[in-house]
Amino acid sequence: MNVLSDDSLEIRRDADVVACRQAVRARSVEQGFGLVDQTKIVTAASEIARNTLQYGGGGTVRIQKLADGSKQGLRLVFEDRGPGIADIARAMTDGFTTGSGLGKGLSGTKRLVNEFDLWSKPGEGTRITITRWK
Amino acid sequence: MASHIPDILRKHNSAILTDWLAEQARSFSRDTRARDDTPALSARFLGELADATAKGNVDDVDGEDFREIRALLEDLSRQRGLAGISPRDTAMFVFSLKKPLFARLRQELSGDALVDEMWSATTLLDRLGLLTTEAFQRTREQIIERQQQDMLELSTPVVKLWRGILALPMIGTLDSGRTQIVMESLLQKIAETEADVAILDITGVPTVDTLVAQHLLKTVAAARLMGADCIISGVRPQIAQTMVHLAIDMGDVTTKASLADAFAHALKRQGLTVVRAVKS
Repeated sequence: MNVLSDDSLEIRRDADVVACRQAVRARSVEQGFGLVDQTKIVTAASEIARNTLQYGGGGTVRIQKLADGSKQGLRLVFEDRGPGIADIARAMTDGFTTGSGLGKGLSGTKRLVNEFDLWSKPGEGTRITITRWK
Repeated sequence: MASHIPDILRKHNSAILTDWLAEQARSFSRDTRARDDTPALSARFLGELADATAKGNVDDVDGEDFREIRALLEDLSRQRGLAGISPRDTAMFVFSLKKPLFARLRQELSGDALVDEMWSATTLLDRLGLLTTEAFQRTREQIIERQQQDMLELSTPVVKLWRGILALPMIGTLDSGRTQIVMESLLQKIAETEADVAILDITGVPTVDTLVAQHLLKTVAAARLMGADCIISGVRPQIAQTMVHLAIDMGDVTTKASLADAFAHALKRQGLTVVRAVKS
């Protein structure tokens, strides 16, 4: 598997979530994603970027264009140094939230992408890696 | 040891100024060259620079002694930024002083003193130059913020389609600041027009994630409390698929693929039909 490009963006303010969505959309178009795949990965990015900002207190996202044989993909790595997630299993449950949202962001995102990886340690931070293949 | 820079600035003031203005004329692009405030500003800058470096530490650009000169540069950046002059030219205003100043330093000093003073002068001017760029950026950010505010106001028109039927074509990002305004103007209009159907059209919303969906549902609930039913239109195929994956439940809210479908549905609910006019 080859990494064709690797960009990094800061997520510090609301406007950065918008910028992240736009960057992900642009990269997914470059990778030749169809409209449905574009919408899925952009929506997933929107969910996680907002979590990074709201619960992680801000962080970064890396956007990598991938190629594996004839397959094209996009991998997003969101990282923050926030409080971390105490109970990952519960956080992944539909409808569970510690904030005021719908509680469907994490579980929904997992369904929007092909690969989903969540690493978190209380007090250290959270890293979420999502990948969508064309 | 006190720096020689202020003495040299004062002693050769007019010569440095002349050389500096010539240097500026060479390095600026056409628009900036045409500005007639440059000689007066440059003279003021040299005076302030001599005062600031005489009073304090040559390295301490952020200190109290440099307050006047920082204000002058910020003012300059702001005005030039607003006039559309590039940050490069504004920074060059400071950087172009290097050559004339260094020439005088070389004339007056030699050996280690020369090297030391060259180093402090270059550090000083670099920092002052960066200051103009930072100020330019701040001005830009203020402009952008104001434009965002303007957009907020502009982007939420509630239109009346028929007696009792309102439409709200939503465009762009539904972040929390905007949805608040959207909701307010919709509820206001419902009260004014006594509408009983409101169509929220999301054709122009590129991403519907859980937060956007939550905002929509809240708007629908508030409108319902005021006696108006909402129809959400403009649900494109890719948005529909994404919402299913996110397990967003729109409850009993009527949703339609296009604004036309939603309008037809609203008319039907009011017992109205659209018929072709018959030629008599």
